[in-house]
Amino acid sequence: MPAPDRRLQPADVLGVALLVVLLLPVVALLATTSAAELRAGLAHPLAAPALALSARTTAASLAVVLVLGTPLAWRLAARPAPGLVEILVSLPVVIPPAVLGVALLATFGQQGLLGGSGLPFTEAAVIVAQVVVAAPFYVQGAAAAFRKVDADLLLVARTLGAGRARTFFGVALPAALPGLLAGAALAWARALGEFGATLLFAGNLSGRTQTMPLAIYTALEADVGVARALSLLLAGAAVGVLVLVWSLPRLIGRSP
Amino acid sequence: MIWDLQVKARVGPLDLDLRLQSDVPVLLVIGPNGAGKTSLLRLIAGVRPLDAGHLRVAGRDLAPAPPEARRIGYVPQNASLFPHLTALGNVAFGLHALPRTARAARALALLAAVDAAHLADRLPRALSGGEQQRVALARALGPEPAALLLDEPLAALDVTGRRALRQHLADRLARDGRPALIVTHDLRDILALPGEVVVIEAGRVVQRGPAAALATAPASAFVEELFSPLRAGAIASAERDAARPTDPPEVLSF
Repeated sequence: MPAPDRRLQPADVLGVALLVVLLLPVVALLATTSAAELRAGLAHPLAAPALALSARTTAASLAVVLVLGTPLAWRLAARPAPGLVEILVSLPVVIPPAVLGVALLATFGQQGLLGGSGLPFTEAAVIVAQVVVAAPFYVQGAAAAFRKVDADLLLVARTLGAGRARTFFGVALPAALPGLLAGAALAWARALGEFGATLLFAGNLSGRTQTMPLAIYTALEADVGVARALSLLLAGAAVGVLVLVWSLPRLIGRSP
Repeated sequence: MIWDLQVKARVGPLDLDLRLQSDVPVLLVIGPNGAGKTSLLRLIAGVRPLDAGHLRVAGRDLAPAPPEARRIGYVPQNASLFPHLTALGNVAFGLHALPRTARAARALALLAAVDAAHLADRLPRALSGGEQQRVALARALGPEPAALLLDEPLAALDVTGRRALRQHLADRLARDGRPALIVTHDLRDILALPGEVVVIEAGRVVQRGPAAALATAPASAFVEELFSPLRAGAIASAERDAARPTDPPEVLSF
């Protein structure tokens, strides 16, 4: 680890340049959107259905990710070192969302592997696309959190008469909770922002499959102000998640 | 026969292969780092099945049973209190067999027995090392275990706390005669706690007996080094020191 050095280094200049590139668009979004514009944008007919759909589908996809991802993460954490399954679970992170959209069509589409499922271009398709892109973030975070749980904690619980189920729900889950919540928040943020796979697999049907990111895309063609207003709302939600991830461990009284 | 252990197990790089029979209830397990002391405790607690062997304690073989049916009280080296539960909650966790209404009172009584009743509502992160050890001891004793496994119960404590808890342990072990296996690094513990000393090196028992016997005829360089502060006729005085409520000089600390 390099020793702390308060003098300005070439590395600082490059770091600041990156920070500017990262933060400037967010600042620009805030600077160019007036309060009146924000109100008008949120009153636009695209906004309410998209907001409701995004809330509904991300809640559903997060529920699926938690219910299916937690047992998987627990089993992965029980193994001494990350292996092939971890790599496979991470695959959707590196595969471009558009490719995932095509892959989902190849699975559930008319001529797909499980053809005639009737899934594409439905609200359920939106949820499936979100699950695919979001699950890796939760599983990775949860497995890391479970792996950090002191093995003696679990053994002590067993010696105190707790079976596997009570040890998991009574000790492992609460002990890993900060990490699980952080992973869940990241997965939710990823699902909320899902665009490419949703567009290809579920389409862009207002009120049925048009989530917030797709509504922004649609609004951009008609009225840039509406797109900015909706974007600001999504950015606010994302920042809210980030703040939550940071403060949760302190809120529930433990460091992660 | 109180202890009749035959343990064959490969734990990482260590090949644990030891046989241990004793009629003394309290065994003080010493040995260099990586000798297999903690692994032995975890195997008795049931972290995983043995590759071969048996774990008979007071005539009952624990090996075929899952950890929750072994009736073992285990206090790991760092106490391993459940971080999300208060001291009372930690102790009550092991009292699941009691009716819900009786648990809190029983847990409080167990805490009181280790002078920790005033800590009942505290979370583990608000407890000192010594307080955590006392709560962990109360928690382990809650279900009335058939045997107690303590992994360096005094290591995390400062000098004052160590002396107090050592005395408490010595009294308690002498009083209730419960079989206990205690891992320690500290010569003062060996001298103050009642029991037979068992030396483990590289997964095998290399020597056992009363502390005085080990001091006079050490079977290995480790034992000789451990007891070296007692040579030149210092054994008697050190035992006297250990029995007194004051500590022997710090030179005996390891």
